[in-house]
Amino acid sequence: MNDSEMRSEMRRLTRRSLFTGAAAALLGTGAWEWLRTRRDDDEEPWPLRIGLRVDEQLSRDYFDDRRLARTYGLRDVQPGRPNGTEGMEGPPPENWSLKVSGFLNSGDDLTVTMEQIRALPKSEIITELKCIEGWRRIIRWGGVRFRDFVAKFGEGDFDDDAYIGMATADEGYYVGLDMPSAMHPQTLLAYEMNGGPLTPEHGAPLRLAISVKYGIKNIKRIGTIRYQTTRPRDFWAEEGYDWYAGF
Amino acid sequence: MIYWANGVYRIGIGSFTLFHFFPDWFYSAFNLKFRLAEAMAWHFCIMWLFALNGAAYVLYTIISGEWRYLVPNRQSFREAIQVTLHDLHLSKTAPPPRKFNGAQQIAYTAIVLMGAGSLITGLAIWRSVSVGWLTALLGGYEMARLEHFLLTLGYVAFFTVHIAQVTRAGWNNLRSMISGYELVTVEEPPAPVEEEVQA
Repeated sequence: MNDSEMRSEMRRLTRRSLFTGAAAALLGTGAWEWLRTRRDDDEEPWPLRIGLRVDEQLSRDYFDDRRLARTYGLRDVQPGRPNGTEGMEGPPPENWSLKVSGFLNSGDDLTVTMEQIRALPKSEIITELKCIEGWRRIIRWGGVRFRDFVAKFGEGDFDDDAYIGMATADEGYYVGLDMPSAMHPQTLLAYEMNGGPLTPEHGAPLRLAISVKYGIKNIKRIGTIRYQTTRPRDFWAEEGYDWYAGF
Repeated sequence: MIYWANGVYRIGIGSFTLFHFFPDWFYSAFNLKFRLAEAMAWHFCIMWLFALNGAAYVLYTIISGEWRYLVPNRQSFREAIQVTLHDLHLSKTAPPPRKFNGAQQIAYTAIVLMGAGSLITGLAIWRSVSVGWLTALLGGYEMARLEHFLLTLGYVAFFTVHIAQVTRAGWNNLRSMISGYELVTVEEPPAPVEEEVQA
């Protein structure tokens, strides 16, 4: 190859590569635009929702309730940081009781009082509450393990593929949980926080302390608990967040 | 950056804040406020693409044998200092005319290791209970987050230097990056002197 042949060959190669590059860039931008403009499924383009669901399925396959969230010592405990007041209009109800559905073979609902809950074995745990916004607090929780609550009030088999839906009495806030996360040994129905009774701003009289999930799943002032085979609605998942939101 | 549109992201000690990521006007100007859910959804979908792309690149360099040009050797570190001094106009010794000089070898290998680091630290944050042993190994949840974040800053630094260097190196180099070929002027070897053999 002589000099001018070489130069023209080089020009050809450069043109070809630039063309390929431009096509790839166009394809990338196109894919991005397409993704961005898809119909929303709970405030998120549906392909991203599918992505989150795939992440969730993989995580649930790998989930094992022998793996525990890190626990801390008493000296590490920090004051709580109330965040979000959805479903907490007005003062806590005077004659509070918990409405429980799907726990009985007859299909009837149950009403559980605070006295009945306090009569169950009390568990204490010091774990870190991780907010999806990025802040964290190490909290000492006192209450009843959800699995103990189920063992006491539930009849028949509770399926691992089923769900638990929890909501405030006014339905102002609600969360959905996969059964294995709800039955995790570090999931508590808490009535104490940092050594004292739960305060109204932290969800008195009863709240969820679930260490395998982000803070958004730690519902305050629980009014109803439901066992169901379909996926329960979830307040923040409807606003675009991941439904699973687990660690 | 959407992640950081929250007061908790700052550099400082205790209540003293040296630097906030970023000032409020920055988020407002780029419309980054209140879009955390969206950012997280993208993050947890696109991460697979980054992982697969990284794996494909590493596999290719291994199979093709290209890794030989990329992995630093014993001389690379001394050479890298020399190249850096040269590029900062502090030394006149030109980099060796190889495909990748020592500085490039170190940078391009480091970026691959950083990529692996991002995947590992990311996993440790993402499923910090399921892979709790990994999170603990990395120094805990907080540390893993910091490491993940510092690696991201590392990419920004790499990108900045990379673009600056490509700009500096000029068109022929850029063309070689795109096409995979480079035109090199080779000096004509001196014509052999013909000796006439007298009969």
